[in-house]
Amino acid sequence: MIERRPVANLVSHFLLVIGVLVMAFPIYYSFVASTRTVAEILTPPLPLWPGAHFVDNYVQAFTGSLHRIGGVNLGTLLFNTTVVALAIAVGKIIISLLSAYAVVFFRFPGRMLFFWMIFITLMLPVEVRIMPTYQVMVDLGLIDTYTGLTLPLMASATATFLFRQFFLTIPDELVEAARIDGAGPLRFFRDVLLPLSKTNIAALFVILFIYGWTQYLWPLLMTNSNDMNTILIALRKMVSFADADTQWHVVMVTTILALLPPVLVVVLMQRWFVKGLVESEK
Amino acid sequence: MATIDMRNVRKSYEQHEVIHGVDVRIADGEFIVIVGPSGCGKSTLLRMVAGLEEVTAGEIAIDDRVVNDIEPAHRDIAMVFQNYALYPHMSVFDNMAYGLKIRGTPKDEIRRRVDEAAAMLELGHLLERRPRQLSGGQRQRVAMGRALVRAPKVFLFDEPLSNLDAKLRVQMRLEIQKLHRRLATTSLFVTHDQVEAMTLAQRMIVMNAGRVEQVGTPHEVYQRPATTFVASFIGSPPMNLVEGTLEADGLRFRCTSGDHIDLPQARHDLVGRALVLGIRPEHLLPADDGLVLTVQLVESLGAESFIHTRLGEAGPELIVRAGGLAALRFGELVSYRLPADALHWFDATSGLRIDA
Amino acid sequence: MRRTTFPNKVLPYLLLAPQIAITLVFFFWPAGQALWQSLYREDPWGLSSAFVGLDNFTRVLTDPNYLHSLQVTAAFSAATAVLALAAGLLFAVMVDGLSRGKRIYQTLLIWPYAVAPAVAGMLWLFLFSPAMGTFGILLRRAGVAWDPLLDGTQAFLLVTVAAAWKQVSYNFIFFLAGLQAIPKSLHEAAAIDGASPLRRFWTVAFPLLSPVSFYLLVVNIVYAFFDTFGVIHAVTGGGPAKATETLVYKVFNDGYVGLDLGASSAQSVILMAIVIALTAVQFRYVEKKVHYA
Repeated sequence: MIERRPVANLVSHFLLVIGVLVMAFPIYYSFVASTRTVAEILTPPLPLWPGAHFVDNYVQAFTGSLHRIGGVNLGTLLFNTTVVALAIAVGKIIISLLSAYAVVFFRFPGRMLFFWMIFITLMLPVEVRIMPTYQVMVDLGLIDTYTGLTLPLMASATATFLFRQFFLTIPDELVEAARIDGAGPLRFFRDVLLPLSKTNIAALFVILFIYGWTQYLWPLLMTNSNDMNTILIALRKMVSFADADTQWHVVMVTTILALLPPVLVVVLMQRWFVKGLVESEK
Repeated sequence: MATIDMRNVRKSYEQHEVIHGVDVRIADGEFIVIVGPSGCGKSTLLRMVAGLEEVTAGEIAIDDRVVNDIEPAHRDIAMVFQNYALYPHMSVFDNMAYGLKIRGTPKDEIRRRVDEAAAMLELGHLLERRPRQLSGGQRQRVAMGRALVRAPKVFLFDEPLSNLDAKLRVQMRLEIQKLHRRLATTSLFVTHDQVEAMTLAQRMIVMNAGRVEQVGTPHEVYQRPATTFVASFIGSPPMNLVEGTLEADGLRFRCTSGDHIDLPQARHDLVGRALVLGIRPEHLLPADDGLVLTVQLVESLGAESFIHTRLGEAGPELIVRAGGLAALRFGELVSYRLPADALHWFDATSGLRIDA
Repeated sequence: MRRTTFPNKVLPYLLLAPQIAITLVFFFWPAGQALWQSLYREDPWGLSSAFVGLDNFTRVLTDPNYLHSLQVTAAFSAATAVLALAAGLLFAVMVDGLSRGKRIYQTLLIWPYAVAPAVAGMLWLFLFSPAMGTFGILLRRAGVAWDPLLDGTQAFLLVTVAAAWKQVSYNFIFFLAGLQAIPKSLHEAAAIDGASPLRRFWTVAFPLLSPVSFYLLVVNIVYAFFDTFGVIHAVTGGGPAKATETLVYKVFNDGYVGLDLGASSAQSVILMAIVIALTAVQFRYVEKKVHYA
């Protein structure tokens, strides 16, 4: 369509640049802080450009022991968080794939009951059942374990629904052709359904990885010991004791490292991220 | 190669019966077309033979083995679907090889058979492609190829040509005939298109509302339709059907509209029955002292014309086939005779054919 | 409804087993316990508990602190949702109207989605801390008595902005997808009818976006209710003087920190009721697009 509106275009760009500044600035500014000394950080206003201590600070964060969180080093924290995020994402995908497959491709007594049981979990987020869930975890001895950090978060109605929606779009004839070709249910799942679900799995993986990485309340409840902390919980602990000798430059490095993996996933897998987000919520 | 027997085959969904007892025996190597309007149960019947639908009552036997409770994979059949049902993530080769792979056929044997089928269907250069990179006609061939490599006892076709354009459909029809001539595998082909049925079938099964109306060669079905349904379904335009009764002399047919048609030959045996008189458009012949009809509409196709006419003011409509271009106008009067041997008689209540 | 299924009788149960097991152990059991405990009261040493009927609910619902927390939550959710939706819609409309550069802006606008709420809170606190935050200092130099750690209103403002900031990306993506789903021909028809771009937006695009907007409104409220725990825990700890104590924070604080099980469970049950209500509203929307079978 031919449309000449240079002023409107200019206004759009102007507003968007401001938007990008507001959206990106807090992240950028933390990065700036992570390249400066404690003294510089504590004498605001902090300049807008990175300082000279990028290498120093990051090396120190990784090698120097962090007094504030009981001597747990950054590597352990990143490892824990990665394990949690990956386990939640992979676990959720596997469990949801299986249950969606059962609900869509089989007829059996109790099918609708199970479907509704899964659906109801939407209405029971961790936040509304903090104490009883905590007690259950204590009873099962799952505090300070990876199992406790991840397993309860693997049941997901949304992922199950996404796969169910997708499975329903697979033509009946494809299933029939496979049955005539002699493929049983497991073979059909492996040879036909999984390869066809590839893009959905990728999209969901991005969403769920971020979901797992950004968990806060759950790890807060589930971990007592410092060496089981995720990076977010450790970061909070570092700041909560803020006083004169808080190592702010290390805090900033930790902040950036807590941000970076999910941000990278979003930016690098943008296409799948957008697809996963828009489709999983339909 | 195999025979197929259907013995009083019935199908119900919950309480609702959709197939009311089908009895057909298909000989080894026959090419059978099941034809009927949509919803007549023809696809359901085929799917029961395939094992994709349960048989509610009765028996289906392939090669004298009752297969009611046998999985599709173990019936030794292959099926071509209307939408082809190709695996979108597999290459053409893998699509064709998948069934053999599952059966544990050795690799070089698979290769040999796929190559052979591909050569037969001229797919050789497409083996590495994915289904979405193929045209409709090519996908159709791959679907056929997938059935072919298995060398099954029976081929099942579920409206395989209806997604193709008219030209390709004619071409594929010829190819299917050629393949059948070469392989002579027992085949069951479902279609709603009576032209496909007439051209492909050795014998055809005409179905309507869950019942078999007639089983026979295309000639038999066309020349001696067993019911008014078959008479009106096979043939384009369909047979003219007029309801009425014969007067006492057996010569004058009184239509329900009150108009009459005089017969060339008396049929005393039919007097007193509610009847349907049938005659095909091409059997009405021009004559000076024949039945006088009023022209309503003319469809000229070039080689032939169809003249839509009416008997009397509000009488039955009759379609007449005339050779070449007919130069007739609306309201013009035309006269045709009805040859005695071209008349078909049906019982009006049962719809069944009455033979002399 | 699918016509063709596999005839296996046992396999589907095996396939469902993992999800159902997790759901039973970690969802139904605790939820049942919450219901159960909300009707009992434990003595302070946790040695015995007595059935008290709805007494815990009465206690919670007449507690001025709880009612205050309810108000805070309502105000916080409304402010966060409105702010995040308005910004998301504005950015989406601007980006959708561009002929070039869409992709760049999109990339730059979506990354806050990946930032955890707790980190979002800390980033904004770092900017606006009265002691060391660059903008906090600038505000104080400009004569504003800026101290969100002491002033309740300022604290509320800070957590709202931080919470909304993180959610803008999500709304932006959905609004943009919604706008791009509107057929081009509709815009063209309106343009031929002589409608200006602004008028076209209000009369064509905006009404067609209403299902998306409604859906996002519910999602944003749910987000503000539940997912913002991290922001509040990290930035204000519910303070100062409970000015930012939302319902979820209070459940956590009373139960996990204060160890008042009866009251915490009663609060949990009330929260469940709120989620069920919100889900029901959302489901009415979902129902129109998806049929369950």
